[in-house]
Amino acid sequence: MSQSHADTIPVRVVAAEQVTPQIKHFTFAPIAGGELPAFSGGSHIIVVMRGAQRVYRNPYSLMSSPNELDNYQISVLRVDPSRGGSAFMHEQVRVGTELEIAHPVNLFALAKLARKHLLLAGGIGITPFIAQLHDLRLTDVPYELHYATRSPEHGAYCELIAQAEPQRARLYHDSARRFIDIEGLLSGQPLGTHVYVCGPAGMIARVLDTARALGWPESHVHYERFAAPPTGEAFDVYLQKSGIDLHVLPDQSLLEAIEAAGVDAPYLCRGGVCGFCRTEVIGVEGELVHNDHFLSNEEKASGKAIMPCVSRARCSKLILNL
Amino acid sequence: MNVALKMDQVYRGDYTFANSPAAIRRFPLPFPEDRYMYSVNIEPHVAGPVGSVIEFPIDCDEHYVEECHERALVIRRDPLRIQALPHMMSAQWDTLELGMLSLSQSYPEQFTLTRQGRRWHWINRPLGLDQQFTFGDPASLPRPPLEYITRQLQGDWVIMDQRDNDLWVEGGMVTGPADWSMDFDMGMSFKEWHGPVPLGHEMGVFDRALKFLLNLRLNEPVRRYNWTMTVNPNLDSSPHNYDEWGPDRTTVTLENVAKILHLRTELQGLWRLPRSNGIVFMVRTYMLSLGDVASIPKWARRVHRVLRDLHPPLVDYKGLTRHRPIAVAYLSQFDDGSPTTAGTAPE
Repeated sequence: MSQSHADTIPVRVVAAEQVTPQIKHFTFAPIAGGELPAFSGGSHIIVVMRGAQRVYRNPYSLMSSPNELDNYQISVLRVDPSRGGSAFMHEQVRVGTELEIAHPVNLFALAKLARKHLLLAGGIGITPFIAQLHDLRLTDVPYELHYATRSPEHGAYCELIAQAEPQRARLYHDSARRFIDIEGLLSGQPLGTHVYVCGPAGMIARVLDTARALGWPESHVHYERFAAPPTGEAFDVYLQKSGIDLHVLPDQSLLEAIEAAGVDAPYLCRGGVCGFCRTEVIGVEGELVHNDHFLSNEEKASGKAIMPCVSRARCSKLILNL
Repeated sequence: MNVALKMDQVYRGDYTFANSPAAIRRFPLPFPEDRYMYSVNIEPHVAGPVGSVIEFPIDCDEHYVEECHERALVIRRDPLRIQALPHMMSAQWDTLELGMLSLSQSYPEQFTLTRQGRRWHWINRPLGLDQQFTFGDPASLPRPPLEYITRQLQGDWVIMDQRDNDLWVEGGMVTGPADWSMDFDMGMSFKEWHGPVPLGHEMGVFDRALKFLLNLRLNEPVRRYNWTMTVNPNLDSSPHNYDEWGPDRTTVTLENVAKILHLRTELQGLWRLPRSNGIVFMVRTYMLSLGDVASIPKWARRVHRVLRDLHPPLVDYKGLTRHRPIAVAYLSQFDDGSPTTAGTAPE
């Protein structure tokens, strides 16, 4: 089974717009012309950024219409402090810049058998829903969107949402002391409703906890979490199968360091959720720092596996079966 | 004689099905070694050698017209061979797009697809079809999109929805199955669907295969081979018409085994579908008589050894219990014990 990711699509930035002080909106068109691959709402792409020192591969939700494939659109929140990726997008990427992207992957798909869709967005977490709304408008299934931002100025797409979905969207601003009533919403849904949440970690946790407490089936609760890989101390790694020694910098992820060493490691979400990059740990002189949401607590405690996209180690040496 | 009538007899009745010398040599032998056991033998579905069945993503061979004719015949007798649940409509369109793009790019002399936005124009010269339609609008096609395209494709096609960390069989066109039924399997999860397969569950094959497929990516289709044997080139070996082909299984003798017993390879392809986020599963069947197998010395030796040493539960599962000894006896005359070269090529 190949896990190669060589098959990227060359694109050119055809529009770049600062939509809030922290959020920049980009439009990509295929350099080869024609159309980009079709996708479903909720998909993300990996943008490959070749910086001066390092290569960054960051996931971003597609927010353009799945029905218009002459371009893809994403929004990039500038993370402060940035490990490099979001700063690169904000500072280095402008109209005309050429980038590579990987084919879309959907880890946040709409459930086709849902009787109703309840969409909960916080901040930049609105982006996958913007694409999904295009899909939802073509169905007869009821849906509603609740979109919370810090303030109207920080709400990059408040106006767009208010215009596109005057009946089905509600906006909330922390600055106006208006918050999504998660418990109220989740207690009042008809049977067969699916809930989707994308936003800050705290918001996702509140929705998941509330849904669980109210007895929602796990299969009806969906979330998308794009956390940047946490930084930490530098550490040394030995890839046993490849026979390669490498050094992971404080602001570099283990996966990025493996890729920089020329080893083609598997990945999909790059956010510690999907489990695709799970790697066997042969030994560690120190302790693993698990930052993922995939491994069970028992697996984490066993020290036998690690998710290199977000997890690291506090150690003098980590030996991987890679 | 009426051409359509003659084609009615290819995969049934007189069984006029035959492989040309070129078709024999390109037959996908499912045994890379002299023994066979299950494995998660999935590999990227990338282009293989020129002329091979994997040169193109969807192979179109010398049996194309007669196989499409056979499909129409089966559906006329049993309309439940094509089904799709309502929520699979976007997967139907995805499959139509895959079929049309692949055929027109691989065989431009036979198939042409012209697209202007959602206005599509499809020409299928071997079947004499010329269709303009609006992509996404079922009313613009004479049949639902999955049925429309799969009536023009060889092999069986199943569409699966992905949800709850599982794959659900929720649509398909299945007119040439090796003893399984779309109608019976509709709505099943991945493991329910594979329930009857012996050994695989204990080996964890289906856990690993499911996990792999849930992460299948766009533009990175995969394939695997499976195999069984069929008495007579009876493409539609389905449970629905077992009364028609089942009794044939008692008719194999050492005298007729070379002619009527067929090795049956399934080239299985899996593609992630873009708009539906589902997966389409192709089961493309190739049949080769044992006499034609024996015409290739390396294949004769290898198939002899595989059948002779086959694990007993697999013998039963593949329905070979009755005629395996006859096939082994027939092929043994071609096996002098000399080694076979690696790989499946004829040598």
